[in-house]
Amino acid sequence: MKKTKQLLACPVLMALGLGSAHADYTLNLTKGVTQLSNELYDLHMLIMWICVFIGIAVFGTMFYSIYHHRKSKGHQAEQFHENTTVEIIWTIIPTLILVGMAIPATKAVVDLDRTQESEMSIKVTGKQWYWDYEYLDNGIHFESHLDEASERVHRVSSMDPRSVPNYLLNVDKPLVVPVKKKIRFLFTAADVIHSWWVPELGWKKDANPGFVNEAWTYVDKPGTYRGQCTELCGRDHGFMPVVVIAMEQDQYDAWVKATLDKQNQAPDLSDQTRNSLMAHGESVYLKNCVACHQIDGNGIPGWFPALRGSAKVTGNMDQLIGFIQAGTSKMPAFRKLPDNELAELITYIRNAPALGNNVGDEIQPNKITPKWDDDE
Amino acid sequence: MTAVVAEHDDHHDHHDHGPEKGILRWIITTNHKDIGTLYLVFALAMFFVGGTMALIIRSELFEPGLQFVDPNFFNSMTTMHALVMVFGAVMPAFVGLANWMIPMMIGAPDMALPRMNNMSFWMLVAGVLLLASTLFMEGGAPAAGWTLYPPLVLQTGKAFPFAIFSVHMLGISSIMGAINVIATIFNMRAPGMTLMKMPLFVWTWLITAFLLIAIMPVFAGAVTMLLTDKFFDTSFFDAAGGGDPVLYQHIFWFFGHPEVYVMILPTFGVASTIIPVFARKPLFGYASMVYATGAIAFLSFIVWSHHMFTVGLPIAGELYFMYATMLIAIPTGVKVFNWTATMWKGSMTFETPMLFSIAFVVLFTMGGFTGLMMSVAPVDFQYHDTYFIVAHFHYTLVPASVFILMAAGYFWLPKWTGNMYNEKIGKLHFWLSAISVNILFFPQHFLGLAGMPRRIPDYAVQFADWNMVSSIGAFIYGFSQLLFVYIVIDTIRGGTGEKVSDEVWEDASKHSLEWTVPSPAPYHTFTTPPEKIPTEHF
Repeated sequence: MKKTKQLLACPVLMALGLGSAHADYTLNLTKGVTQLSNELYDLHMLIMWICVFIGIAVFGTMFYSIYHHRKSKGHQAEQFHENTTVEIIWTIIPTLILVGMAIPATKAVVDLDRTQESEMSIKVTGKQWYWDYEYLDNGIHFESHLDEASERVHRVSSMDPRSVPNYLLNVDKPLVVPVKKKIRFLFTAADVIHSWWVPELGWKKDANPGFVNEAWTYVDKPGTYRGQCTELCGRDHGFMPVVVIAMEQDQYDAWVKATLDKQNQAPDLSDQTRNSLMAHGESVYLKNCVACHQIDGNGIPGWFPALRGSAKVTGNMDQLIGFIQAGTSKMPAFRKLPDNELAELITYIRNAPALGNNVGDEIQPNKITPKWDDDE
Repeated sequence: MTAVVAEHDDHHDHHDHGPEKGILRWIITTNHKDIGTLYLVFALAMFFVGGTMALIIRSELFEPGLQFVDPNFFNSMTTMHALVMVFGAVMPAFVGLANWMIPMMIGAPDMALPRMNNMSFWMLVAGVLLLASTLFMEGGAPAAGWTLYPPLVLQTGKAFPFAIFSVHMLGISSIMGAINVIATIFNMRAPGMTLMKMPLFVWTWLITAFLLIAIMPVFAGAVTMLLTDKFFDTSFFDAAGGGDPVLYQHIFWFFGHPEVYVMILPTFGVASTIIPVFARKPLFGYASMVYATGAIAFLSFIVWSHHMFTVGLPIAGELYFMYATMLIAIPTGVKVFNWTATMWKGSMTFETPMLFSIAFVVLFTMGGFTGLMMSVAPVDFQYHDTYFIVAHFHYTLVPASVFILMAAGYFWLPKWTGNMYNEKIGKLHFWLSAISVNILFFPQHFLGLAGMPRRIPDYAVQFADWNMVSSIGAFIYGFSQLLFVYIVIDTIRGGTGEKVSDEVWEDASKHSLEWTVPSPAPYHTFTTPPEKIPTEHF
């Protein structure tokens, strides 16, 4: 029924060429929230209008000709051709227009490149398939994954994406920046090439493994700005959004303090109920494991092994802990996972009905003995 | 004595002038017309294979959410759609036209290297089949995009070496085809057919052939480096071993940018051939069209990094590649103005080939406009890798190259078959295609500007409406192409029943030599060179 309605709505929408139920519906480039993005928007509009103008002139001439100079109207073909004057004119005029475009464009290239004299630096690392943010000035460091609601919906085709606010454009931990401060970004990647894009900031920049790229921004207006990875980076390329929250300086300072406190806090290793272990374990699974092993634990044949019924998962628990911490040539090592999250995860993957496993046991955070020595 | 001579002549005719019987005719043929037909039929088949992949993509994108395919298979589809369309459909279709038309246009009896001609076709078939077979391999077909960027492409499963070998085969096939075209044009022109009297289709193909010879080895080199990185521990593209993943992009686009012109230059040539015939006027500026084609070909070699503005180029690189890319607008503008001036004060009629050609001029120009917008490096930091670029290159490929291939089909089918196609269905095919192609691709400009990245299987809900419109356009466009298959088959089997003249189109023989031979063109044409060379474009 819903589909039928949408199908019916289509021609109407097309006829109007505008309008939609979605509030943030847009046909054009955003102006963005930085001086730079405004400059690029103006440049975009300038060139678009130049194109529209040339288009009207050329197509106007052509359609005049098509209408008037047709055989059915008895028009006789004239046999003129080769006119050097005309050909020089239609070479020189476009050249002048291009020079006119190149001047503001050159200025914008220079502005984009001006990464010097920044007041703070954030290192952004693209990974399959999330972003890793490191504030170089204060030591804040966290991963930013697609939010759980979107994760669930895109993995279960029967769920309606429209029921999720900011579907596929929301993350668990957004990047927080202060307004009115020149921020330098350093981009790199851990595995394949990614590209970090927030349209409101006016640019995207590739994150290349083994190399560092620079870009800068100066956000004028507080707000939440959303973007996505724009360089094909594998299976879940479409599922690693970027969310930037720009705050006033005092709010930002408070956020830094709270985040640092939390980051430096030792993980809570107290015992949990089985339900609590399972519930938290699902979140840990959705963040760290689901991209490869899938929401039903079946993995992807030929690519990623199944957890469902896997002897490794349901077998000896100590070996499982060691395996997860050590990783393999294909699986990253999850050494940095705190003991509480590891306990929750292990309880979940051994017992989750969603993964088809039911060992019937659990492990508490304080029972996880280090199986992997970081110094090794 | 006389009788003996006559008998000898008969024998000679029987031995030399007819094709082999049965299937063997097509396998071992060295006849340029047979090989041209093979290329064209193969290209049409691959057009539908690639089109089916496009419809799988558009079905998945019809609504937000993942409904039909796994994201990895989706990525395989975008990759294979591009590779099949580029290497299996558009390029072979133009090679097919070159085979059929170049000898007939320059008054030559055949291509210069007929056996190599046969080999290059069958190598193409082998290459494309090998590529298609990767769909059924463990880990799936390549899914890193048709650009095959490392390190991502190195994560391909079992298909990886097979895909690379298929690229090698396609490359060898293209190079052989290109050598053949050059050898034919340089050595086999009829007396009096000077270079500057050649039809523009021949000129554009000559330049295209040089592009192919220059770039295919570069591409082969790039993918071979991928191969050794994966299997022989080299580190061309791996920073850990002193390499650079961006190096691949430079090499690839040094091939890739001229490659897209390989698909558009012959398109220009066909348009410049068709428009004067139906405007009943000589092409406005023959010489400037030749020079513009040469200029575009030259520029194509020095603009490659405009595909990589966001990759982290130094500022001097950004500026140089921006200026160089903007320059392309000048020779391209010359071409569009020329076609317009050719129509001006003509005596136009609007048969299907002309309709497709006019739509080509208009819609290709729109693709050119978005190209100009993206040449401006700073704004490309917004456009890059969004649906805006998807809209751009599809405008320059579908309503440009593909429309012109359709136009060429309608234009020359009567010459090839001796029968007239059904004009009513032809026009229906045109109008359905011209309208639906815009429903399909125009909304993608909006999607890109609004922030939708390309190559994603699922998207945020604010992109839902235009994606749905685009998908509807895709299905209308896709299914209307079946009309073309119907028309081709119908025309081969007799068409309208009207017997076409040698000239087919009014005064066409003033424009080019192929209209001076009988319709259908006999198995061998110009066994003796033509006496008169059309010079109307002078």
